[in-house]
Amino acid sequence: MSGRIYLYPLIIRLWHGCNALLILTLIFTGASLQYSNLEYPLMRFDLAVSIHNVAGILLTLTYIWFIISNIYTKNVVHYYLHIKGLFNRITTQLIYYTWGMFTGKTSPFPITAENKFNPLQRFTYVLAMYVFLPVLILSGWGLLFPGIVIHNIFGLGGIFWADLLHVVMAFLVSAFLIIHVYFCTIGATFYINFKSMIDGWHVSK
Amino acid sequence: MSSILSKIKKPFLLSILIISVLVAAGELKDGQFPDVDESVKIDNQECLKCHSKSKYTFENTMTEKVERHRMCSEHQVNPEEYYVSNHKSFRCTDCHSEEYLNFPHSGELRMEPKSTCMDCHGGDENYAKFNFEEIDREFGESVHSNSFSEDFSCWMCHDPHSYKINARTTENIKEIIAYDNSICLSCHANLDKYQLLTDNINPNVVTSHDWLPNQKVHFSSVRCIECHTEVTNDVLVAHKIRPKAQAVKKCVECHSQNSILMTTLYKFRAKEERSKLGFFNGAILGDTFVIGANRNYYLNVISIVFMMLAFGGIAIHVLLRIIIKK
Ligand code: HEM
Repeated sequence: MSGRIYLYPLIIRLWHGCNALLILTLIFTGASLQYSNLEYPLMRFDLAVSIHNVAGILLTLTYIWFIISNIYTKNVVHYYLHIKGLFNRITTQLIYYTWGMFTGKTSPFPITAENKFNPLQRFTYVLAMYVFLPVLILSGWGLLFPGIVIHNIFGLGGIFWADLLHVVMAFLVSAFLIIHVYFCTIGATFYINFKSMIDGWHVSK
Repeated sequence: MSSILSKIKKPFLLSILIISVLVAAGELKDGQFPDVDESVKIDNQECLKCHSKSKYTFENTMTEKVERHRMCSEHQVNPEEYYVSNHKSFRCTDCHSEEYLNFPHSGELRMEPKSTCMDCHGGDENYAKFNFEEIDREFGESVHSNSFSEDFSCWMCHDPHSYKINARTTENIKEIIAYDNSICLSCHANLDKYQLLTDNINPNVVTSHDWLPNQKVHFSSVRCIECHTEVTNDVLVAHKIRPKAQAVKKCVECHSQNSILMTTLYKFRAKEERSKLGFFNGAILGDTFVIGANRNYYLNVISIVFMMLAFGGIAIHVLLRIIIKK
């Protein structure tokens, strides 16, 4: 049963490309700030600061783009989380990934136009897009203007907590990215999902 | 009637003036500065009644008139600052000749050599741990001393009548920073004072530090001397101010785990704590944050473990896919 479904509208694909580039830039520059070292600099500190700031501001714009285009294309319906039975659905999917797919079982939640993410995807995408990224972006803006936002609202210690939050969220997004990209290789073929994100057509076995 | 009035007018006005001068002479309020000995305050009042003011009044015995003169600012001492300063327990005459107790002061007193800091602080075992000799030597090599040798003395920054040690005694880092920076800015942001020593045009510290991101935050979070001195282990606070070109300009010198701030600003808090836990857990939890220097040791461990688990999981999965699908 092989088929092609048009799942990824152009505007979402464009967003996804910009988003991925910006996130990669932010991770690289961010890591070189967090792990800055006089002897082994990943990158010049002040340069990393400037690039990180610009990329962060652009990411804010692409995030707004994501929200608006999702509502506009109704793609947002795929991000509704139905709490009831969520845990069971995720475990079923996990069992498929760790066991079922190796024993010749078919995917428990086949991909359709109405249901384009499997439960695990849906859950991690919601987490990444509606929890990690907003917190990351907001704490980033706070750190960009520490004198205005953080000191006034949270006092002097606020900058410490904002940074902690920012770093933790950045780590979670990095972890998401690695796992996300790996799971994308589990498709009809190793690379077919990446092609989907370019031409918009999902291919299933 | 009018003749009587005119007769008493002069002495009347004179006595009012004298009384008001005495009252205004800044008698310290009772109980102010309780940790300074009363007798010291009483003795010093003899001097401060004139020297704490911008105008002083005295009765000219030759003209028999009460005269009011300006006190030049260099000869003024503010009691509010003096009695909380390091030297608060001193009598004026501990450092200045007793002959100053006579007024008008004898002209010869101008010849009296002034005490210098090292007269008391040098070669005294009580101060040995502060190593004033080394401070003196470092200062001798600093730009301040090299460029203006004679005119620039310790007093330029450490006015003996008001200087108060901060770094070792205050818990509030922001207070230390503001106090210490105000010392530099008292000349470097004040052309009148700056040009007492030099004809140079005072560079504007705000524009000359344009390159510094988040300048305002930096200025309130570190002291000028953090970047502008050469730090050694021999003295508590470095005194060798380096020429402009040698100032620290690499961000990473502070923004890294081995931050130089640990040997300067946070020295007193962090002495023993510069361990593997680094900056984060040692010195400054709470009121400051230095990107790149505050690394949370535990968070680092957790993130490394987490990443290893993720990659390990992926590796196993890949292996299974290769084995089973082949
Ligand atoms: C080099 C980096 C990346 C690659 C190669 C990549 C690849 C892909 C691919 C192939 C898909 C389509 C398959 C699927 O839906 O599972 C996808 C979808 C998605 N990716 Fe990524 N991705 C990358 C980075 C990111 C990042 C950094 C984020 C967010 C922080 C992200 C968020 C998403 C979301 C939300 C979707 C679903 C879009 C939708 O259809 O609504 N991706 N990605």
